[in-house]
Amino acid sequence: MTYLASHPARVGALLGEHVVLVAVSLAIALVIALPLGVLAARNPRAGGAILGLAGALYTIPSLALLAILVAIIGLGKLTAIVALVVYAQMILIRAIVAALRGVDPALVDAARGLGFTARQTLLRVEFPAGLPVMLGGVRVAAVSLVALATVAAWINAGGLGVLLFEGISTNNPAKIFAGALAAALLAIAADVVLRGAERAVRT
Amino acid sequence: MTSSSRTGSPDGEGDGGARVELRALAVRYPTASVPAVHDVDLTIEAGEFTVLLGPSGCGKSTLLRTINRLVEPTAGTVLIDGVDARARDPVELRRGIGYVIQAVGLFPHYTVAENVGTVPQLLGWPQPRIGARVDELLRLIRLEPATYRNRKPRELSGGEAQRVGVARALAARPRVLLMDEPFAAVDAIVRASLQDEIARVHRELRTTVVFVTHDVDEALRLADRIVVMNAGRVVQTGPPEEILEHPADAFVRDLVGVDPETRRLVLERPLIER
Repeated sequence: MTYLASHPARVGALLGEHVVLVAVSLAIALVIALPLGVLAARNPRAGGAILGLAGALYTIPSLALLAILVAIIGLGKLTAIVALVVYAQMILIRAIVAALRGVDPALVDAARGLGFTARQTLLRVEFPAGLPVMLGGVRVAAVSLVALATVAAWINAGGLGVLLFEGISTNNPAKIFAGALAAALLAIAADVVLRGAERAVRT
Repeated sequence: MTSSSRTGSPDGEGDGGARVELRALAVRYPTASVPAVHDVDLTIEAGEFTVLLGPSGCGKSTLLRTINRLVEPTAGTVLIDGVDARARDPVELRRGIGYVIQAVGLFPHYTVAENVGTVPQLLGWPQPRIGARVDELLRLIRLEPATYRNRKPRELSGGEAQRVGVARALAARPRVLLMDEPFAAVDAIVRASLQDEIARVHRELRTTVVFVTHDVDEALRLADRIVVMNAGRVVQTGPPEEILEHPADAFVRDLVGVDPETRRLVLERPLIER
């Protein structure tokens, strides 16, 4: 606690950076995962290909992926965001597919029979009905990205990982502890908030 | 119930029903070796309560679903008031046809009022008119609007949910109402009261009703005309008395049961006023 007590402003600033890194990545990841998830849920063949590719990317070790991306894009936040977006795809697409496939078929049948267009059925019936499961995926993705984002400090993307890497190189356990504690608390906070959201949308 | 109660409706109830004609209709699902529906010719008169009766898998639901184009026939034609259903946009066609299913399918995130107002909302009715129509329908199915309007589907009993399902199907004043085993999932007492309810609603609105069931008693109680189906074909059509007294073949005889006298009691049970 000593480092945390003596440098609250620095830890706070890095925490803020960390939150922005995760939030921006998660938002971009969602924008990409939503159409892919809908396509994968609708079309089993496309679904196999999409989930296969996302699964393959997910298995690349994070350090290796960052190293490859640095070679292509260079050091910095952008590279970290690209890596985090790639990792989140697997989790988010899986959740979206599970959410849409889990919607009660009677709801979809009723919606079509009453004269909803395919788009109205998706937006007004399937998304709302699948929202709790989708938010579950967002929660898991958020918690995973909080952990993964610590590695981003290694490529000059900032965040709480800075404390970990500095602590290791200067043999300062208090600094490592401060970084680890802040990251853990952030992960727990994200989990609690998104669990609350999940409960709120459950009908 | 007199006809004056019909004209008393503020939104002008009683457009009656449409005539539905099925011509040489066949449905073959891509993966199936035998057709689900085979060579069906059937005319359902405007305002008639027709029950499609048969064992599960006989093609009665498939036949029903060709009327609102949830299933596209592989051969033949569906005519609604003389107009080929294929000539119409399926979405627009369905908004003009009521649809009630066994699983009800009320939207869980909508209130009762929002569920009932679904089709008027899709059709772009102004909000006050939708509100008035919802209250009118809730009264029609005997659910007090003030009590039920803002409930969520999970706060309803099975019977109440299916009443709301019926109200939702009737909201935009369809001239055809399709009902696919609507009361199969509720217990016998609730089922009897729902049957009374739909019979009364039909008498008031004179909508053409096409009702699918495997329950012989239900068919006998509700139908103006029963269409008995087996293995994708129509094996007999006629009023309940005729099906009971002159079954066309051994299949129909077995279906309506060994004891026509007992079945006749069902017919004689007063359905409010038959």
